[in-house]
Amino acid sequence: MAVPAQPVVVPAVSAARSRRRGRRSWVGWAFLAPFMAAFALVFLAPIGYSIYLSLFRDRLIGGRTFVGVDNYRDALTDSRLWAAVVRVSVFLVVQVPIMLLLALLVALALDSGRLYGAALFRISIFLPYAVPAVVATLMWSFLYGDRFGLVANINDALGVTLPDPLSAHLALASVGNIVTWEFVGYNMLIFYSALRVVPGSLYEAAAIDGAGQLRVITAIKLPAIRGALVIATIFSIIGSFQLFNEPNILQKLSRNVFITSYTPNMYAYSLSFSGQQYSYAATVAIVMGLITMAVAYAVQLRGLRADR
Amino acid sequence: MSAGPVIRRRSAAPTRPPRSPLLTALTGIVLLYSLIPLLWLGINATKTQQSLFDSFGLAFSRPFALWDNVRRTLSYDDGVFVRWLLNTLLYVVVGAGGATALAVLGGYALATYDFPGRRAVFAVVIGAVAVPGTALAVPTFLMFSRMGLTNTPWSVIIPSLVSPFGLYLMWTFAAAAIPTELLEAARIDGAGEFRAFVRIVLPLLAPGIVTVLLFTTVATWNNYFLPLIMLKNPNWYPLTVGLKSWNDQAQTAGGQVVFSLVITGSLLTILPLIAAFLLLQRYWQAGLAAGSVKQ
Repeated sequence: MAVPAQPVVVPAVSAARSRRRGRRSWVGWAFLAPFMAAFALVFLAPIGYSIYLSLFRDRLIGGRTFVGVDNYRDALTDSRLWAAVVRVSVFLVVQVPIMLLLALLVALALDSGRLYGAALFRISIFLPYAVPAVVATLMWSFLYGDRFGLVANINDALGVTLPDPLSAHLALASVGNIVTWEFVGYNMLIFYSALRVVPGSLYEAAAIDGAGQLRVITAIKLPAIRGALVIATIFSIIGSFQLFNEPNILQKLSRNVFITSYTPNMYAYSLSFSGQQYSYAATVAIVMGLITMAVAYAVQLRGLRADR
Repeated sequence: MSAGPVIRRRSAAPTRPPRSPLLTALTGIVLLYSLIPLLWLGINATKTQQSLFDSFGLAFSRPFALWDNVRRTLSYDDGVFVRWLLNTLLYVVVGAGGATALAVLGGYALATYDFPGRRAVFAVVIGAVAVPGTALAVPTFLMFSRMGLTNTPWSVIIPSLVSPFGLYLMWTFAAAAIPTELLEAARIDGAGEFRAFVRIVLPLLAPGIVTVLLFTTVATWNNYFLPLIMLKNPNWYPLTVGLKSWNDQAQTAGGQVVFSLVITGSLLTILPLIAAFLLLQRYWQAGLAAGSVKQ
């Protein structure tokens, strides 16, 4: 789940600290303990367990044996894994900028106060977020369908043959369209919420200076919501590397295109549940986790460096 | 930073910019993009199996078969859809409800108490947000299968109980919404810590609680990957996994009869959440704004 909040939380924390100075006790743990217990079971234990698993290998004869970093060595030269990583990277580089730019444009349009019926726009464009990925993908797969979808309707009406959206060439773009549809409104709302709290005095100063619309956007609005932009980018990156639901659901429709190693996550899934290669699946999960964190961290560093 | 959890609108600005038809039309394109698939779903849930294939996708056609489709969806395969709906409700009530409760308690603790290890908690939880959730799913499955939890409701509920985002949101919200003096006063009056929490803190946190509850509900209601790997028995499926299994069936030879069930079932699946978002707009928009105030 993505976080609609800005990454720079330290001021809030330190301010809260100053109010509490002098009262240091264990009482707080009584309130925090239930969360931390569940957190340990659901986050920390699986991470530890998968690191443990990744150092072993299950053999038909001899059972589970310690193999050190062999699984990691295999992963680094696994062409199926890297083909999947390249695929989601292409997806990331194309889909995420399009989605975030679209979300930003809508947020700026809403914030400009120049739209008729702004509330209707805000809620309607956000609505797809409430639709499960499963239903979104089913819906779009019907629309894409050449039997009774919109593509079929257009083909019939115009007497043309549109390319099949789920063919090898267009499949990734079609998945990108579904993901964009699901999350453009959500990101729009994050940007919009951040824009709403820009102090009005900044705009007044800009008006006095005679700054035009575009100048107000580039000089005031965009810098003011950079935190929101960075966090939305990071969570979109995480989402792209985790891509699973949409291609998994489309698999039945186009089995030759959406192969079992279409994305790293689908690969880990098929390794575990079709191949019973649990320790290698755990290795793939860890490798992907590390790649994701490295990329997310790099983006955050860049975002913060631009701060100065 | 000093702003409270209420959206500060700039409506007090002296001059209101003129409305722009062009900008409205351009944004209207995105509006259509967002609504057309939903419209398609709504329209096609009213069609019979036959007219699904015969008629234009975005136009109604006779006969109006919505009620018949709903009846067939609910009764197909001994009413398994109703079973999936009840399962989903169970996962949402216990999972999302529990996640919200844990986040409220924890966020309150982080915002108002100083205790040993507090900074470490902050680092670990924020770090965990960056770990891809689905990367944890396979190891979690293996762990749960050793504990004998797979293929039971617990395997879906327990992972749903943790929402780092919920904790973070409640934390920032509580830091802004709870005046420390109020708690001090309650303590001087002799109210216990827990009593003060229930009587004073909970009402103050209400908008934040609604927001976290809504977003954990969406996460649980829409969850697909986790139940997909945890559950083998269709009787424990939530709606998402159930619909996917119907759709798979519809792709097989002779399975086309289920198509209209998949469409109507999809519509029934999304209606409750869309209704919740529309009805609770005021709360979650304020709650989200509070989360983004922290600059």
